[in-house]
Amino acid sequence: MSTRRASRSSQPSSVAGMSDEQISDLLSKLRQLIPQLRTNHTDKVSASKLLQETCNYIRSLHREVDDLSDQLSQLLASTDRDSDQAAIIRSLLL
Amino acid sequence: MSSSSGPAAAAAAAAADSHRKKRRKIEADDAEETSRGRKTAGAGVGETTWRSLPQQRLYYTRLVEALSRSRRSSSASSAEAQDAAAASASASASSPPSSGAGEVRGIADRVLATAAKGRSRWSRAILANRLRMSRLGKHHKKARAPTGRGRLKKKPPPQPALEGGARKRRLPAVERRVKVLGRLVPGCRGISMSSVLEETSDYIAALEMQVRAMTVLTQLLSGAQQQLPPTTTTTTSGGQIGSGSGSGSG
Repeated sequence: MSTRRASRSSQPSSVAGMSDEQISDLLSKLRQLIPQLRTNHTDKVSASKLLQETCNYIRSLHREVDDLSDQLSQLLASTDRDSDQAAIIRSLLL
Repeated sequence: MSSSSGPAAAAAAAAADSHRKKRRKIEADDAEETSRGRKTAGAGVGETTWRSLPQQRLYYTRLVEALSRSRRSSSASSAEAQDAAAASASASASSPPSSGAGEVRGIADRVLATAAKGRSRWSRAILANRLRMSRLGKHHKKARAPTGRGRLKKKPPPQPALEGGARKRRLPAVERRVKVLGRLVPGCRGISMSSVLEETSDYIAALEMQVRAMTVLTQLLSGAQQQLPPTTTTTTSGGQIGSGSGSGSG
């Protein structure tokens, strides 16, 4: 890592030893992943807002996974009641 | 080919040559492996392509396998538990659904972390935490992964003094948010900012794939349940299997 020093100035960032260039690169890469911020390609999204949206997005993804796990566990539990159904479902899936 | 004098020098040159060729071959093999297994050229974390279809299919298959394995083992144990519960007059909830969702989540996370092949910090943290939890039993809370593991590029906290002629001062707000982010991504507390951001982008892509796969699985299961005729606990299983397989050939 850190193979790229700041080429413009020899000013290392005072935080975490990263150059501003590196930070903005990673942030822009992050921005492409967040669906809300991907659409407006204005460069006006501040780093703070981007990070906040990232946190919100990760939290919402966690919630989705929890909901899906809930549904899945219920579906799997209900199919256990009848072994024939379970066999059919397993054959459908695999 | 330098004209070196003496057989020793020639032998040394030949050895160096073969060594160089071997190294190049190893690098070529590595490059082939990386180009086959990874579509993006990155250094470190950003190698796994979570969006590729083969990756998603692989995760889906492994998830289904793991879920069916756990179902088989839990149904076997719950059968025994049911007998015991019926005997002890507490035959209400034999298999508590509350732990079921957590179990499914744990399995999904474990399979996801395994798919990362140890390339990312969050995946290693997930697997390490599960190992730790299973070892310590359910009495201890989930211990935090030691931050001394691996490369730690933590610098001292930001000094209020600026560099000479510095225009941009790192706002503490950004730093605070990155810390919060580091708490959300497993195994990313107390690591450098750049590592947090790298891990985050990989983690988000992986989570999206997990959501997609689990959604497909949920829809498939619920759809299969609706299509199959409601089974009563009678012995007409033969006819129902026939009708079930007829409608399920989509």
